[in-house]
Amino acid sequence: MANPYTSLARAQWRSFASYRTSFVVDLLSNVGGTALDVVAVLVLFQATRTVAGFSLSEGLLIVSLSSLAFALADFTVGNVDRLKTYVRTGLLDAVLVRPLGALPQLLLMDLPLRKALRLVVGVGVLAVALHVNAIAWTPARVALIVIAPLAGAVFFGAIFVISASVTFWWIDSGDLGSAFTYGGRDFTAYPVPVYSGWFRALFAYAMGFGFVAYQPAVTLLGRDDPLGLPAWAGFLSPLVALIAAAAAAFMWRAGIRHYRSTGS
Amino acid sequence: MTLISMKGLRKDFTVRVKAGRLRREKRTVSAVDGIDLSIEQGEMVGYIGPNGAGKSTTLKMLTGVLTPSAGEVSVCGLRPVPQRTRLALRIGVVFGQRSQLWWDLPLRDSFSLLRHIYRVPPQEHAARLKRCRSLLDLDDFLDTPVRQLSLGQRMRGELTAALLHGPSVLFLDEPTIGLDVVSKQAVRSFLAELGAGGDLTLVLTTHDLADIERLCRRLVVIDHGRVVHDGTIEALHDRYGSRRRLVVDLDAPLPPGFVVPGAELLSTEADGHRAVFELTSSSAGAVVGALPALRDLSLVEPDIEDVVARLYRTV
Repeated sequence: MANPYTSLARAQWRSFASYRTSFVVDLLSNVGGTALDVVAVLVLFQATRTVAGFSLSEGLLIVSLSSLAFALADFTVGNVDRLKTYVRTGLLDAVLVRPLGALPQLLLMDLPLRKALRLVVGVGVLAVALHVNAIAWTPARVALIVIAPLAGAVFFGAIFVISASVTFWWIDSGDLGSAFTYGGRDFTAYPVPVYSGWFRALFAYAMGFGFVAYQPAVTLLGRDDPLGLPAWAGFLSPLVALIAAAAAAFMWRAGIRHYRSTGS
Repeated sequence: MTLISMKGLRKDFTVRVKAGRLRREKRTVSAVDGIDLSIEQGEMVGYIGPNGAGKSTTLKMLTGVLTPSAGEVSVCGLRPVPQRTRLALRIGVVFGQRSQLWWDLPLRDSFSLLRHIYRVPPQEHAARLKRCRSLLDLDDFLDTPVRQLSLGQRMRGELTAALLHGPSVLFLDEPTIGLDVVSKQAVRSFLAELGAGGDLTLVLTTHDLADIERLCRRLVVIDHGRVVHDGTIEALHDRYGSRRRLVVDLDAPLPPGFVVPGAELLSTEADGHRAVFELTSSSAGAVVGALPALRDLSLVEPDIEDVVARLYRTV
């Protein structure tokens, strides 16, 4: 018998298929979105030759890692921001009386298949970035290029879940969550040295956004980190992602316990 | 066997109310305020109360949706919130206003999805579906997307969806809300048929007391989060002194000051040609025998709506 979660995902696919044209339009317009994120960063390099000591091709590697990690997280977990609707309308009740985990159900019931092509674009841009940089490939670096986008995706996924969980306490949280998710993506698209002071300390290191794209990119390129972290710092990204995921799991569980439901 | 038990069950909500221009005050409201109940296997219990009495909140604590603020609750020997997914396999839930079905898919697809979600062996699933199809006349709209179903059809689908995994307890939150007379009757007779087996335990909330009269031997009335009545409908009538009424039409007006033992004159109409008595003893015959020039009569059974309305007002 099919796995219950697979069945949920397949049902979602069939629901989409009942609105075929609008699905295709969505799919294509989403590709544009991802491409624009990358272009925005490249424009900056048109203005100055280097940004905080990073060349155009190095910058491209950072933004491509950030963009792919985000696309992956947005595709799998991003729709958790629909939790607001589920909580406000009380639809979460229906989810909670089924014999499956609440979070996987929410994700699979709304899997944003229209965002699928973003992944293709993300992988493409990363391939270009790896090509234009002269990377001295070692087995560790090969592993890192696979691990880094996945760890980044886990990290962004955790941010998505944490932002969404706020809804359990504060239904009118509105777009506060987007400040951290989309804001976080934009933060990671640039080399961390462009930021300074407490802002950099807080977002890049205390919250861990620096380990999504910047540190892995520095490690891949084998260049010195202007901020002085050791060369292997890029390999910390899975650890940072795991810590973020644990925090997200904690927030989510506490949130479910705190869920108030609505009306009858 | 006790299937559902609640001891001192409470659910408090904090609400913020405006106090002054910017200040907001926190206030704690108890939606459920210390409920003790136990329900045996095979019982059909009607759970009623005015709007905001805490009916749905109780049901949500029993199904693992809401975490109780205090007290103990156990359903099928499980603690609903910590053992939510295990409990889900043992219970069926129909929330009148929350669908379990997939909006864009045909009803049939929702049913087969639920088979995977609950991991029901195909033969069992097929047998239960077959029974529901014949009892609820599903065949006409089994291939219609749920979004195109009428409310009555959808509710029949929801009932089926809640039963396909063979639950031992069925929770129904206002299952007949918004349905037309025919659909209401279809739902009621279906539930009566299910209950007749004696295995299924059924807890239903409703505002339509006809549901209760038709289905439930036991009636639990709650108000302000507390149980104010727990017993049969007859016990409720006894407790609130509901009496049968005798309406008589007379050829000649009732003489002023007319008294008959075993009945109280409530009112007269049409210049005394019609009189309404409330029977205080059980025999209507004695009253009828004492009446002069009787033309016609009718006997009105006590109305549960009246009793419950009185109950809501007094607590």
